[in-house]
Amino acid sequence: MILEARQLTVRRGGADVVRDLSLVARPGEMLGLIGPNGAGKTSLLRALCELDPVAEGTVLLDGQPASDFGAQRLGRTVSYLAQSGRIHWPLRVEEVVALGRLPHGESIVDAAVQRAMGAADILHLRGRTTGALSGGERARVLLARALAVEAPILLVDEPVASLDPYHQLQVMEVLRATARGAVAVVAVLHDLTLAARFCDRLLLMANGQSLAEGEPAHVLAPARVRRAYGVSVETGQRHGEPFILPWRRCPSPPETQTSHEA
Amino acid sequence: MMRLSLLLALLTLALMAVSVALGPVPFDLAAAIGDLLAGRPTLEALVLADLRIPRAVLGAAVGFSLGLTGAALQGLMRNPLADPGVVGVSGAAALGAVLAFYFGWSSVFALALPLGGLVGAGLSTALLLMLARRGASTATLILAGVALNSLAGALTALALNLAPSPYAALEVVFWLMGSLSERSLQHVGLALPFMAIGWVLVLATGRAMDALTLGEDTAQSLGFSLRRTRLLVVGGAAACVGASVAVAGAIGFVGLVVPHLLRPLIGHRPGRLLVVSGLAGAALTLGADILVRLIPTRPELKLGVVTALIGAPVFLVLLRRLRLDGE
Repeated sequence: MILEARQLTVRRGGADVVRDLSLVARPGEMLGLIGPNGAGKTSLLRALCELDPVAEGTVLLDGQPASDFGAQRLGRTVSYLAQSGRIHWPLRVEEVVALGRLPHGESIVDAAVQRAMGAADILHLRGRTTGALSGGERARVLLARALAVEAPILLVDEPVASLDPYHQLQVMEVLRATARGAVAVVAVLHDLTLAARFCDRLLLMANGQSLAEGEPAHVLAPARVRRAYGVSVETGQRHGEPFILPWRRCPSPPETQTSHEA
Repeated sequence: MMRLSLLLALLTLALMAVSVALGPVPFDLAAAIGDLLAGRPTLEALVLADLRIPRAVLGAAVGFSLGLTGAALQGLMRNPLADPGVVGVSGAAALGAVLAFYFGWSSVFALALPLGGLVGAGLSTALLLMLARRGASTATLILAGVALNSLAGALTALALNLAPSPYAALEVVFWLMGSLSERSLQHVGLALPFMAIGWVLVLATGRAMDALTLGEDTAQSLGFSLRRTRLLVVGGAAACVGASVAVAGAIGFVGLVVPHLLRPLIGHRPGRLLVVSGLAGAALTLGADILVRLIPTRPELKLGVVTALIGAPVFLVLLRRLRLDGE
């Protein structure tokens, strides 16, 4: 299923937090949303799954407006992993993952729940209660919950925030593998190296607008990163894969006016 | 969970039977039941039909309402300290009944008291539903409940302050303490339809309660409408708690303590907690009402006083355990 946003504008408190933004995410592809804090990445992601109202423009799923999908059908079609990872009651791990089956009318530990736990490498945690998990384990449990929906579109908001390097790589590998299984994955990311290595395409946002979109090497050109983030970067290649390290803050703050380059 | 539900249902039925068998006058229960079934209007049959059975039925229904809404409100607000009193409906229902008392309507027409309670509950529910329909957040609903409770408390105090005689004030205070004694089938007929509507509305939210474990955004992304869930829980809680307060006065701590006691037994899952909390609430209320009649005090102990005396220490112990678990 193809996720498409056409000239999307999202307003909050009278201000445009996302302005006239278009994107396409195709099955088998991982699209990274990057940009400085306050760029509108989370607002965009929430609008894509109808959590926040769209002021202008449309979100299309295989050409059909997402707003025409009923809540439950939308829940089966677009899986969303929120930024905050709170689990309010100490349920058992497999029961938390099984909540991902609710849009399908069930929340029992079925084959889809097993697959999701296997993919997120948490099968050994299945009987534990969530109160007894480390931050990395909890993040993978919540990722497994999002995977258990088995939706053709997966939206994840900062899935590796607060994880150690081992678990960051593990979660990115899971997302990459999910995309390969004919799912369109859209991930909000802050780590530019992870974004460059794991995403097929990147969309760089600033001030609610798209600054650049395309292949990672193109989007993450040092001059463009400097304009968006106000930092200089060191870049290179290792075993054929790129890395990009934020190095110094620039004397002038990032640009506030944006123009799109694709 | 099925086994626990069955166990609690059997316990409730057993306690209802004990409640029917218990009273101030020694009583041949078998003969009374025989008379009642045969349609013989003996004194025993009348006592059974007009006093004992309504008391047991109301005890179970009020307790079920309080336990169920306690679990639902805690699930909706994802806060283990939420309770039917929180949304302000109990306070408003009490105020309605007190006003019926204050203006003397209850001395002219006995059912004015519970009707006043229902009107109070209805008005406060309408206000809360208006807020919920406008998309107010759960925190806003709690704050609105706190404000409603304060206003209802202040107006109740004003009515007591301006009571025509100290006896009238005392009567109101006693009524507010909550009791199931001297309730008739008319009270049952008045309260039960509202309670049943409330139960149906609240029980319809089980799966949404489970989804809310992961927060409001995730629940919404799983296909659940928050607005609908809030409407069902707040509307349902108002209907059954309002009806409970209207016929039995304020009975505290059942809605707060029962879900806490049961949570570890059902794996903390909020959707599963609903029915079992209702059943355990019914058993606890019936048990407390039996205790009230077994402890020989003059005047009879009030049910609300006994539930608070049992509930408050239990709640303190539970809070201590929660803190030790680091939750």
